[in-house]
Amino acid sequence: MTLLKISNLQLSMRSYEGETQILHGIDLAIERGEIWGMVGETGSGKSLTGLSISRLIPTPPGRYLAGSIEFQGKDLLKASEQEMRTLRGRHLGMIFQDPTTNLNPVFRIGTQLIDVALHAGHADPSVLGLSPGASRREFKRAARQTAIDMLAKVGIPEAAKRIDDYPHQFSGGMRQRVLIAMAMIGKPDLLIADEPTTALDVSVQAQVLRLIHDLVAERNIGVLLITHNLGVVAQICTHVAVMYRGRILEAGRVDDVLKRPSHTYTRALLDSVPTAHTKRGELRGLSDLSPEAFA
Amino acid sequence: MLLFILRRLILIVPILIGLTLLLFVVARLLPGDPVGLAAGPNASAETIAQLRQEFGFDQPLPIQYWTYLTGLLQGDWGTSVFTRRPVFEDILTFLPATLELVFAALLIAIVVGIPLGLLTAVYRNGVLDYVTRTLALGGIAMPRFFLGLLLQLAFAAWLGWLPLSGRYPFIEIPPETVTGFYTIDSLIAGDFYAFRVALAHLALPAFAMALSPLATIMRMMRASTIEVLQQDYVMTERALGLSNRLILFKYVLKNAMTSTLTVIGLYVSWLLGGTVLVETVFDWPGLGLYATQAILTQDFMPVIGVTLVIAIIYLITMLVVDVLYGVFNPKVRYE
Amino acid sequence: MTVQHPITIPTRSQSARMENWSRAFYRFRQSWLSVIGLAIVLVLIVLAILAPYIVPYPEHVEGATNTAARFLPPSAEAWFGTNELGQDIFSLVLVGSQVSLFSGLAVVFIAIVVGTTVGAIAGYFGGWIDEVLMRLTDLLLTIPSLILAMTVAAALGTGVFNMIVAISITWWPAYARLVRGEVIGKKEEQFVVAARALGAGWLRILCRHILPNIVSPIVVKASLDMGFAILTVASLGFVGIGVKPPTPEWGTLLSGARSYMPDYWWTAVAPGMAIFLAVFAFNLLGDGLRDILDPKARR
Repeated sequence: MTLLKISNLQLSMRSYEGETQILHGIDLAIERGEIWGMVGETGSGKSLTGLSISRLIPTPPGRYLAGSIEFQGKDLLKASEQEMRTLRGRHLGMIFQDPTTNLNPVFRIGTQLIDVALHAGHADPSVLGLSPGASRREFKRAARQTAIDMLAKVGIPEAAKRIDDYPHQFSGGMRQRVLIAMAMIGKPDLLIADEPTTALDVSVQAQVLRLIHDLVAERNIGVLLITHNLGVVAQICTHVAVMYRGRILEAGRVDDVLKRPSHTYTRALLDSVPTAHTKRGELRGLSDLSPEAFA
Repeated sequence: MLLFILRRLILIVPILIGLTLLLFVVARLLPGDPVGLAAGPNASAETIAQLRQEFGFDQPLPIQYWTYLTGLLQGDWGTSVFTRRPVFEDILTFLPATLELVFAALLIAIVVGIPLGLLTAVYRNGVLDYVTRTLALGGIAMPRFFLGLLLQLAFAAWLGWLPLSGRYPFIEIPPETVTGFYTIDSLIAGDFYAFRVALAHLALPAFAMALSPLATIMRMMRASTIEVLQQDYVMTERALGLSNRLILFKYVLKNAMTSTLTVIGLYVSWLLGGTVLVETVFDWPGLGLYATQAILTQDFMPVIGVTLVIAIIYLITMLVVDVLYGVFNPKVRYE
Repeated sequence: MTVQHPITIPTRSQSARMENWSRAFYRFRQSWLSVIGLAIVLVLIVLAILAPYIVPYPEHVEGATNTAARFLPPSAEAWFGTNELGQDIFSLVLVGSQVSLFSGLAVVFIAIVVGTTVGAIAGYFGGWIDEVLMRLTDLLLTIPSLILAMTVAAALGTGVFNMIVAISITWWPAYARLVRGEVIGKKEEQFVVAARALGAGWLRILCRHILPNIVSPIVVKASLDMGFAILTVASLGFVGIGVKPPTPEWGTLLSGARSYMPDYWWTAVAPGMAIFLAVFAFNLLGDGLRDILDPKARR
């Protein structure tokens, strides 16, 4: 069964100016073991697609006009909020862009990690290594131990001590690792990463990407990596989808798309990436292409 | 942390000394003759002169101040020309009543204001929100003394549910003094009847005092909560499946508390300074009435004494608030 | 494939400053609570100014009594009823608005003048001047304002003017702190450094350069304070300090009415409601002004 299957997803958002359609029929299928990159310019709808999977878009301003999001066979758009909450954290993990603002600054990271672990554990005690009849105290203890193990796994040194530290006591890269730990602690099947490395410097970026890659290899999960950085896509993605203005223009294995792009837009994107050989004055943007070409 | 508290406590001393100096100077500069007033219109010049000597008003100013300052530290806060009793004794008599009133008001304001602020932020623009916000605007504008009068009219005079005035019925004996708070003392003594009676008498005046702080605390909490709810970390908490109840009452609450804490600290000064307005209406025998009577008779020793007490309480409150800042926001901890 | 459009720069119909004001006005109109506040405030001010001319029973305000008509409940002749002396309460409350509103305005005005002077000097010069002035300010802030105001007012004696002075003494420190903070913030900005380099003296720099730029927070605070200033005036009156009869003042009227509760409740309700209404309206107005002037306070 396909891990995630998005079919003809159409989303519109209402604002003061009226209702605007943002997603014009997104089709995407992610299997276990695949790392799908989703590239596009700002405003192309990549983040909204990711948020839609977890149903984190509030439905007063947002409205799904058509389509379905099938996760392990179940249509998430039709699920109840209760069911979604059970899925979040336990089957769907999510990390966002800025590690500084995504950790609650007044709580120890352990508190936040343990709460997520407890949530996932209540849905499925085996995540924490417990049997269903475990007592409250056993739950707490197991959750804390799982949190420490997870922190160690993502590469935080002295995890048992640092679990009681506050976010401001960590560096940017370590914070993002903590967030990855939080997203993975419930042993999810699908990880949605929304620009996870954009706020990090290049060396740290490489470490975080390696971490994600290892997690995929180890747990055979599926990953949706949303980014505007083609370099990141080239580094770890197995597949890539190119988005533009709410549509997927091109999708497929990363080698195919990046080496033999079939769409003009993809080609323009690739051309605009400066290389070591780019001379001054040769930088190419996308502005001399009219939008109507891809409508 | 301990060092911080100690340092702040020590700093309070020079502030208080400066305060006594300021108050002393102001008191002496202002026109008014308490001795003359206390002696009465028919007193002879000798009586007045004798009284003046008795109270030490015949000494030169700096000596008066020095006597006062050294006396303060030994527990001699001067004597009230009006009551002829030591100011310290007077204050000890009246302080618990005022403190009980202020505590009760603060308790009501916090217990009702904070959850309301949280809820109206979450259910923005709902019916609860509009009603509460309008009531809050009204609550801030309502004068305490008028509110007290209205409460008396409604609940005591017309409905008869609660007593009209006073701390305790005249004919009955209040519980034995341990803290000076009738409510607590009755609980300590296990006397539930006394507790109910004391509470009934406390209810209306406490509420009259509580409405304005309640409204402001609610508004402040609402504003901070709205701001916190827009933060990224709340999105992450939701994305990982945490329940709304957990997010709101465990996480968001703590995040939103700091600005509300400031408001609470400021209101302690407002509450303490303005008790007279409600004490007058409800015949509540507190510090406010004592100070006002002293002011009207230009009896400055009690005024200085009361001001000092209130200042001490206020400074300690601000210290507590600063410590609590550290509790609610680990980044500002003083370690 | 590019399309070229000739670019025209739109001409302004108003100056930039006017545009700012009209935008601010538009935002103000959005909040109907603020508009209601403004409306009530305007009505109150007009009533207060016209009071002596439109009052139904001017003789009562002067002190005349009509004991035959004492304690009449609200009726067509006396909208808020009559008090223990047979005087028309509506007339008393109406003229009382003059005292309350005028005093409130005066207090805030004096507080702004004194507070800005102290705060600007302290903030601009820094050093020991700042220390001394701020210590004094902080000391004054530690004293509970009502008690201080009562003490000074009682010592100075009765009368509107003394009361205003007394309350102003407690009101200016908050403005001093505000202005000091703002001046310190603006002191190091480029335009001040430039002015100094051109040889401007401190007075000129303060008055022409710094102060005009910090008007906003002062206006915000003043508008929020107006209501509470009126409340403080009434509080003093209630306690029996300040204005003496026959000058009507809302607080004293309320205080006098206490003795006749609950039977003659209208003697208290009228002045009380007047205080409430005035404070309420000014608070609404203040909130509205703050919403448009203080960007940080946007909801």
